[in-house]
Amino acid sequence: MSLLADVGAATPTRRGRRPGELTRGAGLGLGVGVLWLSLLVLLPLAAIAASAFDDGVAGFWSAVTDAEALATIRFTVGAAALVTVVNAVVGTLIAWVLVRDRFPGRRVLEVVIDVPFALPTIVAGLVLITLYGPGGPFGVNLVGTRAGVVLALLFVTLPFVVRSVQPLLIDADREVEQAAASLGADGFTIFRRVVLPTLTPAIVSGAALSFARALGEFGSVILISANLVGKTQVSSSYILTMIESQEPTAAAAVATLLLVVALVVLVVLDVVQRRTARRG
Amino acid sequence: MTATPRGPLARTSSRLAAALVAASLLAVAGCSSDGRAAEGTQDAGTTLDLVGFAVVQAAYDDLAEQFATTDAGRGVTVAGSFGASGAQSRAVIAGQDADLVALSLTPDVDNIVQEGLIADDWAADEHQGIVSDSVVVIAVRQGNPKHIEGWDDIVAPGIGIVTADPGTSGSAKWNLLGAYTHGLGENRDEAAAEAYLAKFVGNVVSWNDSGRTATDAFVKGTGDVLISYENEAIAARAAGVELDYVVPDSTFLIENPAAVTVDAPAQAKAFLDFARSEAGQQIFVAHGFRSPFGVEPTADVEGANDPAHPFPDVHTWTVEDLGGWGAVNDELFDKESGLVTRLRG
Amino acid sequence: MADAGAQAPVRRARRRTTRTAWVLRVIAVGYVLALVALPVASVVQHTFADGLGPVWDVLTSDDFLAALRLTVVVAGVAVVLNTVLGVGMGVLLARYRFPGRRLVSAVIDLPVSISPVVVGVALILVYGTYGWFGGALESIGIRVIFAVPGMVLATVLVSLPLVLREIVPTLEEAGLEQEQAAQSLGANAWQRFWRITLPTIRWAVAYGVALSLARSLGEFGAVRVVSGSVSGVSQTLTLYVNDSYQELGPDAQQQAFAAAFVLMTVAVVLIVVIAALRPKEDRS
Repeated sequence: MSLLADVGAATPTRRGRRPGELTRGAGLGLGVGVLWLSLLVLLPLAAIAASAFDDGVAGFWSAVTDAEALATIRFTVGAAALVTVVNAVVGTLIAWVLVRDRFPGRRVLEVVIDVPFALPTIVAGLVLITLYGPGGPFGVNLVGTRAGVVLALLFVTLPFVVRSVQPLLIDADREVEQAAASLGADGFTIFRRVVLPTLTPAIVSGAALSFARALGEFGSVILISANLVGKTQVSSSYILTMIESQEPTAAAAVATLLLVVALVVLVVLDVVQRRTARRG
Repeated sequence: MTATPRGPLARTSSRLAAALVAASLLAVAGCSSDGRAAEGTQDAGTTLDLVGFAVVQAAYDDLAEQFATTDAGRGVTVAGSFGASGAQSRAVIAGQDADLVALSLTPDVDNIVQEGLIADDWAADEHQGIVSDSVVVIAVRQGNPKHIEGWDDIVAPGIGIVTADPGTSGSAKWNLLGAYTHGLGENRDEAAAEAYLAKFVGNVVSWNDSGRTATDAFVKGTGDVLISYENEAIAARAAGVELDYVVPDSTFLIENPAAVTVDAPAQAKAFLDFARSEAGQQIFVAHGFRSPFGVEPTADVEGANDPAHPFPDVHTWTVEDLGGWGAVNDELFDKESGLVTRLRG
Repeated sequence: MADAGAQAPVRRARRRTTRTAWVLRVIAVGYVLALVALPVASVVQHTFADGLGPVWDVLTSDDFLAALRLTVVVAGVAVVLNTVLGVGMGVLLARYRFPGRRLVSAVIDLPVSISPVVVGVALILVYGTYGWFGGALESIGIRVIFAVPGMVLATVLVSLPLVLREIVPTLEEAGLEQEQAAQSLGANAWQRFWRITLPTIRWAVAYGVALSLARSLGEFGAVRVVSGSVSGVSQTLTLYVNDSYQELGPDAQQQAFAAAFVLMTVAVVLIVVIAALRPKEDRS
C-alpha cells in the first residue's frame, strides 16, 4: 500500500547535489506542505484524541462503555466486518467477470460499478430507501433493519475490492494458468492455486479500504437505519448526537475508539498484504 | 518519455467534459450575478437570519411570506436554519448567525441569553416570550390498529415508541414531560411517575435527532406510536401522511419561545411583532399550533382530527406546575443525575 | 478459467461460455443490478413521476440555485487546493528523499479512512468558537465553523489524497532521466517543473481532479457537522437533499428527488470521464 519507491541513485549533478536531496526551494515547499497538513490533519486529530481524555481515562472509559455507545460500536464493527468479507468474495468475482468474460453490456457494468464511489452518500441513502423502503416496488421494507444498514454499506463499498483486483487480473500472466490447464487442472483448482495467490494482496488492500469506509459511513446509512437503539444505530450517528448534545468528550471518545479500531485493522491488513505480495 | 498513453477517446471526452464543466460554471456564475443585479435595482432588501426548531419551519416560511407583504416587512427575506432545538441553541452560541431565534422551549433561549447574545428582557411581555403553544399527542398508524387510547396503552409490552433524543431535541423533553406528568397523576405520586417513565423509556425503540426526524422515522415504518407535538401530527396529516393521532385526556402544554438577538436589525423585532399579531397568530393556528394569545381559528384547520374544532380542551400540565424549568431540567434531564438519564442506563 | 483447459492446446482458444462462466456472470450482473442499477433507476422514475414540470420548478427555485452555487464554490476551491497540494507534495514525495517521507504520505492518506462525521467533529474542536484556534480567529473576524471556510476545509479533508495518489505512481514510473537531462542542459528547477514534470503528470492530474471533484461535490457527513445548513446561504446540494427530504409533504419530497437527480447525473458524467481517462489496458 506504500506509494513510495526508492528515489534512485544516480550520478552527481552539476551542482554537486545528490539526486533526492532537497534543494532550498523544495525544502520551502515541503515546509509549507507540512504546515498545511499539520493545520488540516494532525491538529484536528490531536484535538480528538485530547478531547477524548478531557475527563481522564475514567471519563474515556465510561464514555465508550456506555450501553448505547457500546451497542453502536458492536453493531458498526460487526457490520463493517461482514460487509468486508462479502466484498472480498463478490468483489473478486465481479472483477473476474469484468476482465475474463465478454458479454453485451459489460462496458455499462463497468460504469455502474463506479456509481457508488462518485454518488453523494445522502443520495445513495435516498436511492436505497426509495427501492427498499416503504412504498418501494418490491414491497420489501428494510428501514430500521440491520439488513438495511448492511445493504447501504455494501452499496458504498462495492467498488473498492473490484477496482483493486481488476488491474492485477488485467496484467496477469496467463501462461501459468494455461500450463496448469494443460497439466489437467480444472478451472476451480487453477483459480485457487494459481490466480488467487497473486490476487490476494489486492483483495486485502481493497478489503482494508472497504472496512475503513464501512466503519465510518454516515450519509447512506442514516436514512435507512432509523437509529433504532441497540439495533441499527451506527457509531457515526451516535457521535453526531453526542456532539450536538454538547457532549464533546463522549463524541471524541467513541471517535477515538473507532480510529484505533480502523488503525489496527489497517495495520494488520497492511502486514498481510505485504506478506502475500512477497510470496506471490 | 511520456506518461501512459491515453487514447484519442480519452482526450476528446475529457476535453468535452472540461468544456461542459467550464460552461456550467459560467452559467452558474451568470445566474448568481443576474440575481444580484436584479436585487440591486429594488430598494436594498434586508435578510434576517432565523434559527428555528425543526417542526416549526413551515409556519415560519408562511410568516415570512406574509410579513414581506406588510409595510414593516417590505424587502425583508428570511433565511432559515431549522433543526433540533437544543442543537440549534448550541449552534447559535457557537457562532451561527442569528437575528431571530424561534426555539422549542425557554431554556434553549435562556442558554443563549447567558452568552449575552440575547437581551435579558426578552421574555418581559405578558406571555413570557412565548409565541406558539401546542400539546403532546400520541400519533398512531392510520386506523389505530393497536387501539391506543392514551398514555397507559403505550407502555404495554411490545408497543414500540418513537420519540426524539432529549440531548438534542426540544420535542423530546416535552414528550418526556407528558409521560412523566401522566405518571404523576392528580396525587403527584413521584414513585408512580418514575415507574411509568421507566416503562415508557423501556418501550422506546428509536431516539431521534429532532421532532421532525422522529416523525420521519415513524412515517417510514419504525415503531407503533410516535410521541410528538399536536401541530406536527396535524401538519403531517395535512401533507398527506397516513397517520392518526390521539390527544390524551391529560397531557402537557408545549410553549415555544422566540426572541431577537442583540445585534439584529430593526426588522427582526418587527418580524417578531408580526408573529405575535393577530395575523401572525392566525398563521400559526392554520399550521396546527395553539395560540397563547387566545386567537381562535377562523377557518378549518386541515389535518386536525376535527378540522372545525381542531384543539380539544384537555387537562394540561405546565412547566410551572412542576416548579419551573430549573427544577425540571435538574430532576429529569440532567446529564449525570437526571431521572431520564438514569433510566436510559 | 472458462475454457482454457477444455480444448486442444491452441494458442488462441475459442471462447466457449461454460456453465461456470454463466453462473459467475449472472451472479456478478445480478448483484450489481440489484444493488446499484435498480435503485438508481428507481430514483429517476420517482423524480419524473409527475413529469418534467415539477422538476424544472425545483431546479429554477432560489434555494436550489443557491445550494448549487455554494456547492460549486466549495467543491471548486477544495479541488484547487487539493490539486496544488497533490502536485506539490507528489513531486516532493516522488523526486526527493527526506526524513519522514513515509509519515507524510501516511498522514495524507489518513482522512479518507476516517468517518466524515469525525472529520467534522475534529474541525470543530480546533476551529470552532470554543476550539483551540476558534476564539483567536473570531477575534480577527474569521469565522470557520458555520461558515464557508469550514465547509471548504471539511471538503478538502475528505478528498485530500485523491490527486496525489494518481501523481506519485506516474512520476515514479516516468523516472528521472528526462529531468536529469534537462538539468544537465542547464534548466533550473522551475523550468524542469513546468516543461517536463507537469506534462508528464498531465493525465494523472486530470484523473485525480475528476475523482476529487466527484468526492467534493458529494460530501455530506462532514459538511453536515460544520455547517448550519441555512437555506440559501450555507446549504450545499447534499444538505439541500437531506433537509428537503426531512420536510413533510410532496413538494419537499420533489425537491429532494430533483436535487438528488442532478447530483446523480453529475456523478455519472464524472464517472464516464474517469473511465475514459483510465489508461487503456490491453484486454487479452
